Amino acid sequence: MDTLTSLADGFAIAITWQNLSLALLGCLLGTIMGALPGLGPSNGVAILIPLAFTLGLGATPSLILLTSVYYGAMYGGRISSILLNIPGDEPAMMTCLDGYPMAQKGMAGEALSLSGIASFVGSFLATWGLILLAPQLVKIALLFGPAEYFALFTLAFATLGGVSSTNQAKSAFAAALGLGLAMIGVDTQTGVPRLTFGEVHLYDGIDFLVAIVGLFALSEVFIFLEHRHGESDAAHRKIVIGRLWPPLSMIRQSFGAMLRASGLGFLAGVLPGAGASLGAFLSYSVEKKVSDRNGTFGKGDPRGVAAPEAGNNAAAGGALVPMLALGVPGSGTTAVLLAVLLSLNITPGPLLFTRNPDVVWGLIAALFIANIMLLALNIPMVGLFTRVLMVPPRILMPVVAMVSFVGIYGISGSSFDLLVMVGFGVMGWALRKLDVPLVPIILGTLLGNAMESNMRRAITISDGDWSALVASPLSIALWAIALAGFVLPIVVGKLVKTRMLGARRTEQAEEMDVTD
Amino acid sequence: MSDRIFGIFGVLLAIGYAFAALAIEESFLSDAVGPKAFPLIIAAVLGLASAAIALRPDPEPVWPGLMRLVEIIAAIVVLVLYAELLPVLGFIIATALASGYLTWRLGSTPLASVVIGLGTSLSIYAIFHLLLGLALATGPFGF
Repeated sequence: MDTLTSLADGFAIAITWQNLSLALLGCLLGTIMGALPGLGPSNGVAILIPLAFTLGLGATPSLILLTSVYYGAMYGGRISSILLNIPGDEPAMMTCLDGYPMAQKGMAGEALSLSGIASFVGSFLATWGLILLAPQLVKIALLFGPAEYFALFTLAFATLGGVSSTNQAKSAFAAALGLGLAMIGVDTQTGVPRLTFGEVHLYDGIDFLVAIVGLFALSEVFIFLEHRHGESDAAHRKIVIGRLWPPLSMIRQSFGAMLRASGLGFLAGVLPGAGASLGAFLSYSVEKKVSDRNGTFGKGDPRGVAAPEAGNNAAAGGALVPMLALGVPGSGTTAVLLAVLLSLNITPGPLLFTRNPDVVWGLIAALFIANIMLLALNIPMVGLFTRVLMVPPRILMPVVAMVSFVGIYGISGSSFDLLVMVGFGVMGWALRKLDVPLVPIILGTLLGNAMESNMRRAITISDGDWSALVASPLSIALWAIALAGFVLPIVVGKLVKTRMLGARRTEQAEEMDVTD
Repeated sequence: MSDRIFGIFGVLLAIGYAFAALAIEESFLSDAVGPKAFPLIIAAVLGLASAAIALRPDPEPVWPGLMRLVEIIAAIVVLVLYAELLPVLGFIIATALASGYLTWRLGSTPLASVVIGLGTSLSIYAIFHLLLGLALATGPFGF
């Protein structure tokens, strides 16, 4: 009952004209960003953080705007998967398998609206999951002392590469690099400058927003320049949408798939190291095992569209659970959302629920509102969103670069930060080429100082005894999970990855056989 | 080969980082751990991870040809110039030049590049400055 009253309070906070229009704006922008190849949820939100920040929006309005963008991008990713067979973002990869064949059969409109409904069901159930699960997790988190937090941070880094990671050394490198960058600046506990090499600009440390925008948004511009990929993928294709509303029988047929996929996706989102891509993959493979009796999967079966879309949207909601309750994000986009919170001076974690209940419940209410808006926007206006695919990158990418500069310049007004951002852009490009994940770098710059101060506090409490870090059963358990999470991918990572890619290839090969 | 070079570079970075961490001046008022310990742990992880990358390299990535590489370096130079010249030239002129260059290199015709560059600059100015009231760099002409 408590939960429902809090939720009602949340709606009272979220429903103002300003917040509703921000949510609408966020949904529109998010869907467009998700649909555009090269812009996904992480870099979409990344570009907008400094803007929300410099526009002087309060905590709740900024969060409403940016989470609407996040949910919107999760919806938008499916559009180019279905119409062009090119995933708009990584989690939408599995939607290509049945979505594109449906479009080829002239059922693009049905596939788009069905996946819109599936996205809605997935996010809706996941938001309820968030409401029910997060307070329980908070109860556990309240038992954590500094030593347990230090172990929890380590766990987050160890599992961030995910079960599909193929090279854990590179994930570890990225995490250490991010943590190393976070150390730059004046030490908060003793006041001595560290690793600044006498540069006054560095005394405040490197602003993580500069790092995020550089790594995510600018590096994308370099990738496009490298391939001179200037023309739109949709330029010479005729896109036929067809009817906009799926027949009721199709919804009824795939409703079971949506429910199963939402459950699986939510779990994948909550667990460390899984995330939306794996959520979509699991949902699709399980659904194929359960329902594929006539071998229609991969040839345009509606259930094959509904399952991965419900799965990846549910995972997006699930990923918010550890981020809000523990302050430790498990995926790239939630890491970016953590950056939003930190730049608004809100520290997520168990205390957030007691200290700033307005932020938490306002955010949750905003998720429901955004979700309903997205469903309402996506079905009738899908034709408009498909036009977005016609925008060629040669116009889009310079705009992305310039808006990134505007945002960062707005925060500090200094050329120095812009130069640092260009540096991060180049670094992001090179690291991407070398297959080094960027998310641990971001998480390192975000959490580095908190991680260090927890370690120092734990050891100071025990009078300099380092064994305090592994003194309680809870911290030993966290260390054990961290170790397992780091070692497991070394054993099974290649297998999972080849399966994920393999599933896509065999389906496409089969589809070729059919069309030939 | 790329991974081997990258790994060795990482090891060197870790050693440099460790030295920089050892050079941190301790304050007379310090906690039990001090400001050096955590950076040193990071340096150790960085070094170990880099060594592992160098010893067990992944398959070679596809590096761009010389021309494409020059392209990227030129773009970096343009963006650095943009960052430096923004306060000098003002937002509209600097942005029109930079976005015009980028769209030209991504395949727009020269004439279209001028139009797209100006269009990008003016629309960002209109939306973010005139509509949303964000402070942008002002040049000698007040814009």
